[in-house]
Amino acid sequence: MDITMPLMILAIPLGMFLLLGLFGNKMSHKLAGWLGTLGMGTALVLAYTTAYQYFFSGSELFINAAGERLQYAVFDYTWLEFTEKLIIKLGFLLDPISAMMLVVITTISFMVHLYSLGYMHGEKGFQRYYAFLSLFSFSMLGLVVATNIFQMYIFWELVGASSYLLIGFYYTKPSAVAASKKAFIVTRFADLGFLIGILILSFYSSTFDFVTMTSNPQSVFASTAGTMFMGGSVLTWGLVLIFMGGMGKSAMMPLHIWLPDAMEGPTPVSALIHAATMVVAGVFLVARMFPVYIVQESALEIVTVVGALTALYAAIVACTQIDIKRVLAFSTISQIAFMVVSLGVARPDFHEGLGYMASMFHLFTHAMFKALLFLGAGALIHAVHSNDYTAMGGLRKYMPITHITFLIGCLAIAGIPPFAGFFSKDEILTAAFNNSPLWGIWMTGVAGLTAFYMFRLYYRIFWWNNPDYGHHTPHDGPWTMSLPLIILATISCVAGFIPFGEFVTWNGHEYIIHLDWTVATTSIVVAVCAIALATVMYRKENATPTRMKNAMKGLWTAAYNRFYFDELYIFITHKIIFNLVSRPIAWFDRHIIDGTMDSFATMTNYASEKIKGLQSGSVQQYVWVYLVGALLLAGAVIVFVI
Amino acid sequence: MELTMLYYIIPSLIMFCCGVYGFITRKNMIAILISLELMLNAVDINFVVFNRFLFPGQMEGMFFTLFAIAIAAAETALAIAIIINLFRVAKNIDVEDVNEMKF
Repeated sequence: MDITMPLMILAIPLGMFLLLGLFGNKMSHKLAGWLGTLGMGTALVLAYTTAYQYFFSGSELFINAAGERLQYAVFDYTWLEFTEKLIIKLGFLLDPISAMMLVVITTISFMVHLYSLGYMHGEKGFQRYYAFLSLFSFSMLGLVVATNIFQMYIFWELVGASSYLLIGFYYTKPSAVAASKKAFIVTRFADLGFLIGILILSFYSSTFDFVTMTSNPQSVFASTAGTMFMGGSVLTWGLVLIFMGGMGKSAMMPLHIWLPDAMEGPTPVSALIHAATMVVAGVFLVARMFPVYIVQESALEIVTVVGALTALYAAIVACTQIDIKRVLAFSTISQIAFMVVSLGVARPDFHEGLGYMASMFHLFTHAMFKALLFLGAGALIHAVHSNDYTAMGGLRKYMPITHITFLIGCLAIAGIPPFAGFFSKDEILTAAFNNSPLWGIWMTGVAGLTAFYMFRLYYRIFWWNNPDYGHHTPHDGPWTMSLPLIILATISCVAGFIPFGEFVTWNGHEYIIHLDWTVATTSIVVAVCAIALATVMYRKENATPTRMKNAMKGLWTAAYNRFYFDELYIFITHKIIFNLVSRPIAWFDRHIIDGTMDSFATMTNYASEKIKGLQSGSVQQYVWVYLVGALLLAGAVIVFVI
Repeated sequence: MELTMLYYIIPSLIMFCCGVYGFITRKNMIAILISLELMLNAVDINFVVFNRFLFPGQMEGMFFTLFAIAIAAAETALAIAIIINLFRVAKNIDVEDVNEMKF
């Protein structure tokens, strides 16, 4: 396969970043914005072509005679060669999930580029914004096509850095600066685990390469057998540590605290990074390493438990938040947890690893409808100039396009057929029920909560009461904002009918999706009940929500304060780490280390002050010293020699 | 009275010591330069005297003296030029006061 096209998919966003970053200030806003959008559009076309070739060309590079889809490295360039074994490569791996991710990332990124033309219109630093968007797109594309785990790690960090830059885009706002720092530090802490995991796995397998690791994990990791550490095998530890990196990026409990704060960034950025692409990197990572995970089912069980707890936690918190972007942020955490659970419950002996396929399917559909919801929220914020739904209400009359598209997004995430979310969520629930009825019932309950809080949000924004907006009536955004909404809404309507199992399964075998009607009916009934409840409570302004809030005061307050996770972190960092560890270290550094160095400097300074007079620069003085010395020497010679 | 080597060397020694004394104590650059010339000429005398009395058949000492006189002339011209330029800038040729370039 020709390497030009895959290379261009990466090179164009990078080139755009350099172009806009270096020369953006000399361009007009319009030119910079359209350049970035066109660059992303080109990458979109190329990515679609590549994915089309991969899935449909039937070339023996991509699919073998038995109908298995293959992993194919388009190129794999040796970048650093330290020793014969320790080689770091950069390449472009095409396989079902990377081709799927190329489509997702370029689609969402292009929509966000287009949308931002309207949303960010006239903002200071418009060109910088587009430069960072391009940088992010480049990093994310590089992450999904990585041929080896080290390349993935590099792009993983790049993604984190560009996320940091974009969250802190409004760098004059202290809360945005704090949020960007928080996101960076929390994910960096998680990446520490990721790095150790990489080192453990690569040490035992002697390779970074994904294809080598995953094609025959039993024999590649055979050397880990028997090595135990704190009650777990080394392989389990490596996999759990790798998952820890994924937990940081994908905002799994307890490392989720950065994502709600990341909503300080511009809304399109939240749609791109903190809903659709970057936050699913953790899911993608586990999916990439999935053949290794199934060797160690204990690691998968940990994944499941973390995912299930996070899903429930985030769903409960989302029911109480007022800021619409925070509700969406917690719903994102909850939905990503669905994908994580789905991977955790996937077992290769059930329907070709149904959970794996379901997870990727949900990743795909969720990216579409969550980006839609975020962009819709952006349109609302653009119109009302507030993030809180208390400032909204009755908006369906003023913003028809936003209303309809937002409703479609809500229906999709609530899992109502025939919208996209129903199909993917149904597969996840089927996989969960197969693994254990506990997880099945648990996740069905969370799905019901999802429907409830999404429609609570929907009714509060578009129905409820009808506040007086004064002379400034809210209205739909310009076409650059409406068009992405309409496109994403259309995709959310039809994406469920994509025969996803034909394209993406964990081992490349084709799998025909069939709905399990018991599971599907249950989940539809639960979702409809939840929506009905939300309708009763929030359709018209009434006192029921307040009464319910007062009835469950303790739970409500705890959920509203996100179960005090942030306070817990502040307690641990400020009270325990700062006081007990950092302060003694700082004292030691300031007094012992610095003191030693300072005393060296003081001594040198003192000595030089004393002998400074010797170097006066006065030739006469030198001659005098020379003369006296010569006379003394001559005297000595006379006395002692002669 | 026969003129022995000592009659030449003692005045030369006195000249040299005057030169050293002047070089160390005087603050005026012209005076320092003159002291330097004194030392140089004392050495020249020594050259000639040693040549004349110790190696009468040879001429190296004489030649060295001629060389030294020529070089001393050039060196004096150079030093005077520097001093004049310095005077134009600083209006002063006292070595104690002209120390702007120090340190």
